[in-house]
Amino acid sequence: MNSSIRRIASTLAVACVLLAGCAGTPSRVDPFEPWNRAMYSVHEVVDGNVIKPIAQTYVKVTPEPVRTGVSNFYGNIDDLFTGINHVLQGKKERAGDDFGRVLLNSTFGILGIFDLASEMGITKDKTDFGITFGKWGAPQGPYLFVPLFGPTTVRDGTGWVVRLYTGPIGYIDNVPLRNWLIALGYLDTRAQLLSAESVLDAAALDKYRYLRNAYLRARRYQVYDGKPPPEEEEE
Amino acid sequence: MIYRWVSILFAAALALTAQAQAQEAPDALVKRVSEDVLQTIRGDKDLQAGNQAKVKQLIESKLAPHFDFARMTALAMGRNWRSATPEQQKTLSDEFRTLLVRTYSGALSNYRDNTMDYAPLRSNPGDTDVIVRTSVRRPGQAPVQIDYSMAKTPDGWKAYDVIVAGVSLVTNYRDEFNDAIKSSGVDGLVKMLADKNKGPTPK
Repeated sequence: MNSSIRRIASTLAVACVLLAGCAGTPSRVDPFEPWNRAMYSVHEVVDGNVIKPIAQTYVKVTPEPVRTGVSNFYGNIDDLFTGINHVLQGKKERAGDDFGRVLLNSTFGILGIFDLASEMGITKDKTDFGITFGKWGAPQGPYLFVPLFGPTTVRDGTGWVVRLYTGPIGYIDNVPLRNWLIALGYLDTRAQLLSAESVLDAAALDKYRYLRNAYLRARRYQVYDGKPPPEEEEE
Repeated sequence: MIYRWVSILFAAALALTAQAQAQEAPDALVKRVSEDVLQTIRGDKDLQAGNQAKVKQLIESKLAPHFDFARMTALAMGRNWRSATPEQQKTLSDEFRTLLVRTYSGALSNYRDNTMDYAPLRSNPGDTDVIVRTSVRRPGQAPVQIDYSMAKTPDGWKAYDVIVAGVSLVTNYRDEFNDAIKSSGVDGLVKMLADKNKGPTPK
């Protein structure tokens, strides 16, 4: 696997540990709010000036069927990890559907470019290592905003590091091909977030906070399978 | 002759709609309104292109009448709602309504390819407060749960909370609203909302 990604990942992991070490708590969920807000500003500048315009251009110049094929290709890899995590969560039946989707779409769907499984009624689902850790009882840990990556927490971020190390694209030996695939995957994700982002822009009084609240609630909802116990109100 | 038939049919249709609105069950209401809005978007190129005036008109005519904005505002403010005067409550509700309508306006044009599934309603006949569960399917994506908290009112069932994938579009504001009130009072919050609503509609 790509050594630079590995380096980034381990730097991140070290940063998480360091940050967790100096936890003086202004807020329970977001003890590093000042740092996170600074990172959010960095993100807004870099993303807003470079990444977002590229993603918008990509959406504008690429025909929709092509973009759908690209999304499906990466979505197929997501399905694989969704299946693995459903197994780890003890949901065998759902995992069977996920692996069935991967088998079908990877073969007849040509490397996942066509989502035949959905057309046959095997619905897509989504889960990840962060949710699995949560179901195993790991607390979220402090909230983190990582520039160019987005909202996460110590737990969910750790899940992403696991995913980075194990993802199939990392095992491709042809370095340029691998890097192009990583870049295209990033672009695809960013392009898919454009509409969610415009909702955030419209809705939020304080975008950093709105995003944090929404992220943490959505993740909590997933860990509890859509039936979270009522939240204790802060203060 | 044909005109008379048309007008009789029209009157009958009107009467039926009025009756439907008076007695419609909450889950039937959600389904009817959602399908109606989806159909309208699918059949209108301007809506798909995000023509804001038309989207806003669609929301005002078909969606907004089924929401209880005062209750939504009260819910977003939590215990601070009671500390606001009736005039402040009115202003807050109006501003919050504008904010929510604007938020929806930005999102709605992307709904063309969505299809909705409606979960059977779990409630007892006498219930006056229910949760209607739906999920939205988009091509190539995992479905997203959208739940509507609804209460029975004299003019039919009204939604007072919308929960998208576990995130309430209403209570997600609560801690922000609390802080605004703590630092600059209810009027401070009114001003914050008004300023946000005066800003450009993000595209």
